[in-house]
Amino acid sequence: MTDSVQTPRTEPVRHRDDRLRRALFRFSQSKLSMIGAAIVAVVLFFAVFGTVLAPFPGHVAGAVDTANQFQAPSAAHLFGTNELGQDVLSLVMAGTTVSVLAGFGVVLIGSVIGTLVGAVAGFVGGWTDEGLMRLTDLTLTIPSLILAMAIAAALGPGFTNMVIAISLSWWPGYARLVRGEVLAAREEVYVTAARAIGASPARILFRHILPNVVSPIIVKMSLDMGFAILTVAGLGFIGIGVRPPTPEWGTLLSLSRANMPGYWWTAMAPGLAMFLAVFGFNLLGDGLRDILDPKARR
Amino acid sequence: MLYFILRRILMLVPVVIGLTVIMFAIARILPGDPVALAAGPNATPAEIEALSHEFGLDQPIWTQYFHYVGGLLHGDLGTSLLTRRPVAADIAAYLPATLELVCAAMLIAVAIGIPLGLATAVWRNRWPDYLSQVVAIGAISMPRFFLGLLLQLCFAMWLMWLPLGGRLPIIVIPPPTVTGFLTIDTLLAGDLHAFTMALRHLAMPAIAMSLSPLATIMRMMRASTIEVMGQDYVMTARALGLPRGKIILKYVARNAVSATLTVIGLYFGWLLGGTVLVETVFDWPGLGLYATKAIVSQDMMPVIGVALVIGLLFVLANLVIDLLYGVINPKVRYS
Repeated sequence: MTDSVQTPRTEPVRHRDDRLRRALFRFSQSKLSMIGAAIVAVVLFFAVFGTVLAPFPGHVAGAVDTANQFQAPSAAHLFGTNELGQDVLSLVMAGTTVSVLAGFGVVLIGSVIGTLVGAVAGFVGGWTDEGLMRLTDLTLTIPSLILAMAIAAALGPGFTNMVIAISLSWWPGYARLVRGEVLAAREEVYVTAARAIGASPARILFRHILPNVVSPIIVKMSLDMGFAILTVAGLGFIGIGVRPPTPEWGTLLSLSRANMPGYWWTAMAPGLAMFLAVFGFNLLGDGLRDILDPKARR
Repeated sequence: MLYFILRRILMLVPVVIGLTVIMFAIARILPGDPVALAAGPNATPAEIEALSHEFGLDQPIWTQYFHYVGGLLHGDLGTSLLTRRPVAADIAAYLPATLELVCAAMLIAVAIGIPLGLATAVWRNRWPDYLSQVVAIGAISMPRFFLGLLLQLCFAMWLMWLPLGGRLPIIVIPPPTVTGFLTIDTLLAGDLHAFTMALRHLAMPAIAMSLSPLATIMRMMRASTIEVMGQDYVMTARALGLPRGKIILKYVARNAVSATLTVIGLYFGWLLGGTVLVETVFDWPGLGLYATKAIVSQDMMPVIGVALVIGLLFVLANLVIDLLYGVINPKVRYS
C-alpha cells in the first residue's frame, strides 16, 4: 500500500534521471565530445596543479639560470629553456592557471551581465527593450579586441583589470541570446500560470523563465571559453595584461619572438598549450550543444 | 530598393553618435593620464597643463564631445596627442592595408570554404567528412598569432621562400596610390615585379587570417547544404531523374550559399577588428598596428577614430550582405 502511494511522487524525479542518463549516453557516443572532455579535464588539472607539478618550480617563481640558457629540447627540458635559462615546460604548465582562470572569469562576468540585460530587455519590453538592445548592438559593432585593449591599457596591467576589460566587450552576445529566449518563453503557459497565481514579475523572471533558458546559455559559455582563452593570450601577446614573472601563454609566446629562428622551441610549448586548451573547449562545447540544444542538432 | 538602401544608410547616423558616445565615455572615465604620457617623463606640471589646454582636454567632457562631433561633420577625427598628426589622415593611410589583408583572407576563406562545405555535405558521414570536421574545429582553435609565427618560422626563416613581414621591400618603389591595395595598384601601374612582391608579402598574413573564417564558412556551408538537400524540391528533382551533379551545383548550392552569406558578412566585420595580432606578427602597417601603438600610450583620439571606422565598415558590410541576399535569392524583397 505505502509503495503505491509513493509512486507518483518519485515518478518525475526518475523521469529527469532518465533524461540526464540519455544525454550522458548521447554525449559518450560522440567520440569527439569525449576527446574534448578529456582535454578539458587535463587542462583543468594543470590549472589547479600546474604550478606544483612543474619540474622546475623555482623557474615559475622567477628564478633565473643563465648558465643553461637556450638549451634545445632534451629529456631534462622537454621543451627546452628560454633566454633566462628557465624551463619552458614549467612556465607553460604554471601558465595554465592564469589562462583558465581568466577565461572562466571573462565568460562568467560576460554571461551574467549579458543575461541580466537580455532578460530584462525581453521581459519588460517597450522602451527598456529598445534602449538596452540598441546599446547591445552598438557594443557589438565596436571591435572587441580593440575595445578590450583600450580598457585594459587605461586600467593598467594586472589580472583583474584584464578580466574586467575583456568582460566589458563580451556580454552583448549573451544579451541577444537571452533576450530571444525570454521573448519566446514569456508566452509559455507556465508563465501565464505563474502570473495567475500572483507571482511578482521578478519572481516569474528569475524563478520560472531563467531556469528554462539556461541550456543555450551554458552551451554558449562552453563554446566561448576557448575564445576567451584566446583573447586573454592575445592581450598578453600585445603586452597588455598580466606582467612577467607571472607566467602567461600569450606573454611567453610574445617574448619568444625575439629568439627566432635559432631558438624556435621557446615558442612551441606556449603555442601548443593555447591550441590544445582552445581545441578541447571547442570540442566539448560542440558536444554540449548537440545534447543540450535540440534546435541546433542536425 | 533605393529607398531600402537610403534608409539603411540613414540608420548609420545613430550608430555614429552611439559609437562616439561610448568610446568617449571609455576614453574619459577610465583612469590613466595620457597627457602626462605624451608630454614625456621630464615634463613639468606647467608643460603638461599647456599640452592639456592645447588639446582642449581641460574643458568639460561635454564641450570636448560636441567639439569632436562638430569636427566629425567636416571629416575631422581629431589629432593624435603623441604624434600631433590628424587622425583622419593616418587612418586613410593605414586603412587600405587592413582592408587588403581582410579581403585577401576572406577571398581565400570563401574560395576554399564553400566548395569544401558543399563537398563534405555531399559525402556526409564518411571518413573525409569526419576528418574535415575535426580539422575544422582545430582550425578554429588555432591562435592566429601562433599560426603566423609558425608560418614565419617555416617559410620565411627556414625555407626563405617568403618575406618576413611588411607590405613591400624598401627597395621597391611603391606604385601611385589608386585603391590603396598594393596588389591592385601595382597591376594598374603595370609593374609586374612589384605586384609579385606585394603578393608574396600578402600571402602569409592572409593565410594566417583566413584559417578560422575558412573553417567556419565550411561548417556553415555543410550544415545548410544538408538542410537544403532534405527539402522536397530536391527530392522532386531527384525523382525527375536529373543528374546528381546538376541538382547539387544548380539547385542546392545556390540556396545553401544564401544561408552562409550572413556568416561571411559577420566575419568580414570581425576580421576588420581582429587583424591586430596578425598585423603585429607580420609588422603589417594597418589599422590594428596603428591602434595598438595608440592604445599602449593611451592616445585616445586614434583609438576612437579606429573604433568608429571599423564599426561603420562592420555595419556597411552587413548592408552589402543584405543586398546580396536579393541577388542570390529573388524571393527576398526589400520593403
